[in-house]
Amino acid sequence: MRKLSTRRRHPLAGFVVLLLALITVGGVYTAVAPKPATAQEATANDVEAGRELFLVGCASCHGKNATGIETQRGNNYGPSLIGVGAASVDFQVGTGRMPLAQSAPQAPDKKPEYDAEETRQLAAYIASLAPGPAIPDDEYTDLGKASTEDVREGGELFRANCTACHNSVGAGGALPGGKYAPSLKGVTPKHFAEAMITGPQQMPVFSDDVITPEDKRNIVAYVKQVQGQPNYGGLGGGGLGPVVDGLFTWIIGIGGLVIAAIWIGAHGARVKKRS
Amino acid sequence: MSTTEEYTPIQDTGVGKKAAGPVGWLDDRLGLAGVAKKNLRKVFPEHWSFMLGEIALWSFVVLLLTGVFLTLWFQPSMTEVEYHGSYMPFNGLEMSQAYKSTLDISFDIRGGLLIRQIHHWAAALFVAAMIVHMLRVFFTGAYRRPREINWLIGVGLFSLGLVEGFAGYSLPDDLLSGTGLRFVDGLIRSIPLVGSFIEFFLFGGEFPGDEIIPRLYMAHILLIPAILLGLVGAHMLLLVYHKHTQWPGPGRTEKNVVGYPMLPVYAAKAGGFFFVVFGFTALMGALLQINPIWIYGPYNPSEVTAGSQPDWYMGFSEGLVRLMPGWESTFFNYTWSWNVFIPGVGGLTTLFIILGAWPFIEQWITGDKREHHLLERPRNAPVRTSIGVAGMTAYGVAWAAGGNDILATQFHMDIYTLTWIFRVALFVAPFIAFMITKRICIGLQRADANRILHGYETGVIERSPDGGFSERHAPLPVGQQYVLTAHDRVPVLEAPAETDENGVAAPHSRKEKVRAKLQAFYYRDALDKPTVEDVHHAKEHLGEHDGHPVELGDEFQGVSETGIPRVH
Amino acid sequence: MSDELQPIPDTEPIKDPGLPEHLYRPQDVDESQAKRTERQISWMFRVAGLLFIAFVVAYIAIDIDATFLGWSAQNFAFGVTLGGGMLLIGVGIIQWAKKLMGDHEMIEMRHPAASSDEDRVAVMEQINDGISESGFGRRPMIRNSLLGSMALLGLPAIVLLRDLGPLPHDQRKTVWAKGMRLVNDVTGTPIKPSDLQVGQLVNGEPAVVYETDDDGQPVLHGTELLQVKSKAAIIVVRMRPEDITPDKGKENWGIDGILCFSKICTHVGCPISLWEQQTHHLLCPCHQSTFDLGDNGKVIFGPAHRPLPQLPLGLDDEGYLIAMSDFPDIIAPSYPELARDQKKLDNKS
Repeated sequence: MRKLSTRRRHPLAGFVVLLLALITVGGVYTAVAPKPATAQEATANDVEAGRELFLVGCASCHGKNATGIETQRGNNYGPSLIGVGAASVDFQVGTGRMPLAQSAPQAPDKKPEYDAEETRQLAAYIASLAPGPAIPDDEYTDLGKASTEDVREGGELFRANCTACHNSVGAGGALPGGKYAPSLKGVTPKHFAEAMITGPQQMPVFSDDVITPEDKRNIVAYVKQVQGQPNYGGLGGGGLGPVVDGLFTWIIGIGGLVIAAIWIGAHGARVKKRS
Repeated sequence: MSTTEEYTPIQDTGVGKKAAGPVGWLDDRLGLAGVAKKNLRKVFPEHWSFMLGEIALWSFVVLLLTGVFLTLWFQPSMTEVEYHGSYMPFNGLEMSQAYKSTLDISFDIRGGLLIRQIHHWAAALFVAAMIVHMLRVFFTGAYRRPREINWLIGVGLFSLGLVEGFAGYSLPDDLLSGTGLRFVDGLIRSIPLVGSFIEFFLFGGEFPGDEIIPRLYMAHILLIPAILLGLVGAHMLLLVYHKHTQWPGPGRTEKNVVGYPMLPVYAAKAGGFFFVVFGFTALMGALLQINPIWIYGPYNPSEVTAGSQPDWYMGFSEGLVRLMPGWESTFFNYTWSWNVFIPGVGGLTTLFIILGAWPFIEQWITGDKREHHLLERPRNAPVRTSIGVAGMTAYGVAWAAGGNDILATQFHMDIYTLTWIFRVALFVAPFIAFMITKRICIGLQRADANRILHGYETGVIERSPDGGFSERHAPLPVGQQYVLTAHDRVPVLEAPAETDENGVAAPHSRKEKVRAKLQAFYYRDALDKPTVEDVHHAKEHLGEHDGHPVELGDEFQGVSETGIPRVH
Repeated sequence: MSDELQPIPDTEPIKDPGLPEHLYRPQDVDESQAKRTERQISWMFRVAGLLFIAFVVAYIAIDIDATFLGWSAQNFAFGVTLGGGMLLIGVGIIQWAKKLMGDHEMIEMRHPAASSDEDRVAVMEQINDGISESGFGRRPMIRNSLLGSMALLGLPAIVLLRDLGPLPHDQRKTVWAKGMRLVNDVTGTPIKPSDLQVGQLVNGEPAVVYETDDDGQPVLHGTELLQVKSKAAIIVVRMRPEDITPDKGKENWGIDGILCFSKICTHVGCPISLWEQQTHHLLCPCHQSTFDLGDNGKVIFGPAHRPLPQLPLGLDDEGYLIAMSDFPDIIAPSYPELARDQKKLDNKS
């Protein structure tokens, strides 16, 4: 001990103490911190597993019993999940919207945090709390069953109900307050159906009693058809309409032709020869 | 320095002689030799900015040619039919014949889609080229006497071009353009007192009726193209009669035109440019999709798509309508829809009135009634240039506001905030643009004056014996110096006389006082070009700061890489 | 103040040096260069010709359904060959003009835009002679009666346009009436309150839109159908009842938080269905007018002025949603007689 204390005024002493303190705190935290979900061993059933995952990753906003947390001003910190059903969970978690990475006007879709099995378990847990919409089955998602006429009707339904927010090719649209109707590119038929059934965030609900499962399937079939077909006329411009056409007109059209005009009027090579 | 040279043909091949026969036959009957004599070798000055109107002209020709093709298949009828063509997602869908025939042109007629797209790109280019050409004419003062009538014809062409384009893209009766027609319906209804009468007469009843597409078709292929052709003809005629304006420069005066003859040089360049414009629009039609009506679907008043915009040239009108607050009032039991009428009808009308009146307003302010054939560099008319830029800024803000929802989604902004920003910018930004542009113009004028008086910076640094550094300046070639000074001096303005010779107080009208103030504002701050004394004085001292009295004659040809002036 | 400006008498600091000396192009002095340029241009024309032939080949050989790079192969092939050929011809001609045609600058003198004084005097004399000989100035009776009749000629020209359309008729009514069922757009299925969940949006139409007559033909089709839709299209939304603050007299227009509003924006008539479930705001995509459906369709942003008209709801004996009357407010964009027509509508109810 005396050896240590004779060095207490060494220039590096402070750093050594700091390092020791950090190691101590880090080590204690590692010992007592909850383990990550993936390290968990298999539990009795999906509902139980889902509850474990929920408590770790979701309860901080949605409450320990999924009844939601209100802020002091009565706003929503995390809404109640009672009755939202497996479909909601499958959609929100499956598209990566939940868990929310940071506070924003709207939860953007991103790379999912949980894999398919965990998503299923979370969905099972929430579904066990109260009855709610179930995960859509083949009736909604088997696009192969849609006939030409079905696709046509799906298009009519799409234009009557969806394009006002999502645009004719599903490129998305603006909502007030920094919110938006997201692009429908690359969305699976199952997530399509779930969104229509559960009405995530600002999107309205389109219940099965009004837009039947078959209707939903036809809508998705139409969207997939339109997104998958060639841009017959050339580069598409993202489906954003005349605004992009105007940009192309000025930048490519006028830009190119003005360059041509400059070339026409330019003097070109000259010889120094005098006549 | 040099005199005019008689043009000598490179090689007289004798082809001209062979033409004597047919030319003689024609002249025996038409007697056009006199006219031909004046115009075959007419001189046109050369500059790229003189070709912008040509882009519009050739786009118009492309529109005529592709348009005729489209009329062979398009059916301008709103009668409902069921679709059974190639585009499968619409199989069995009910739509108007107009929409169906457009789908057929796009999918079942070979080459139809290409011609449709060339037609639409050419239309967009037509209006854009007119604007660019108009801006060139504005900023160089080419609309001054004697070309005011040509300017008015141009404004007429521009306004008709907008209407023609709108009629054209509404013909397919698709959801996007149909929504635009719905908007126009609302616009017409907002016209005070007579709005609903005009609406019912135009649509043949309640919206949408079944008359509007055939009527727009008539306007689009017959009425407006006929007027456009007439106006274009008059525009060209006046151009030929007045001869084209030219930039000031060595050998160029108000009384001559320096350039190349129509036959063969300009005929070739203009003719070649036609092929270039056609080829360019055809390539755009091949590679860039425009107006994919099969994506939008047939028009249905219960359907709409997010991101609904008109074609770009109506964008500024759309923006004004989006920015306007919801003002509507009731007077004498009538409804006055200011929220639609002011930006919609008022916006467009105001634009055309201001554009048309500008040459006369400027003439009134400046009192300059002389003929002008030499162009003015924009910097030498700072107030005109700044007003032009302010106008462009206001137009641009309105145009951007027309796409505010696209901007909101693409840049992750709140659409309400964007709307408010544009509302404020519409009034504030032009003022700021005016002030900045004016300062830039005056700065450029100062730079010009410096280059005349002190020469240009050669980039060669010299060190004097006592250690100081300085940069060597060399005088510009005489030709360039001349260009920098070939503009009018800023006139000395007289205040209106308070009393005449007999001491009687002059009855100044308010108009005269306003005019005097505006005239002072117009010329104030503009830098005048150096006087003869300034130039002499500068020449003497040219060598002093550099420590190198440089003897340079008019043969000065620039500076070589080592910084030694090339002198002969 | 005189009309003309008084500029300083001109003392030009730099005198006009005159046209610069002509500089020759390589093609002017070197015959091999000229031949080379000629060959280049000729090749451009030849390739253009080949491209035009390629166009014809593509027309015959390429199937109309074929795709290339995700685009229509025909469109691509036609456009590239036609456009490329045209472009090459244009570039070739311009190159010819720039490099090989004579390029000595020429000077032509301008003439004043105005005619000579003698011409002007002569024309004025002719006009004067002509007018005096005509007697236009001396004979006011025939002159004025001629002008009067010419002016009246305008009347037949204008009156002939009368049948462009009917006079504006009563805009107060739509097809909605008491007992008319609400149906879902496109599918035509009627709606029960139990079909709707909180936060739901239904884009709907009046049932007559999907009615068929005895032959199975739709009662409304073509232009008439579109005209009906452009005024009668509706949206049905379900909110929590505590989020709704109905105006006086409108308390029973909804059922359990189910409300029905016109789908047609009161600004310029676009159909609205951007329903924000949680804020209960309805946004129109055209010009961003926003309506608060929890507050009787009041305008809270944007260029619209009038609140969105609401349709009073009831239930028929099978439990389906029906309208209890026509819209009490006038639908669609404002027009001059709106105030008068709205008053009439208010007085009737």
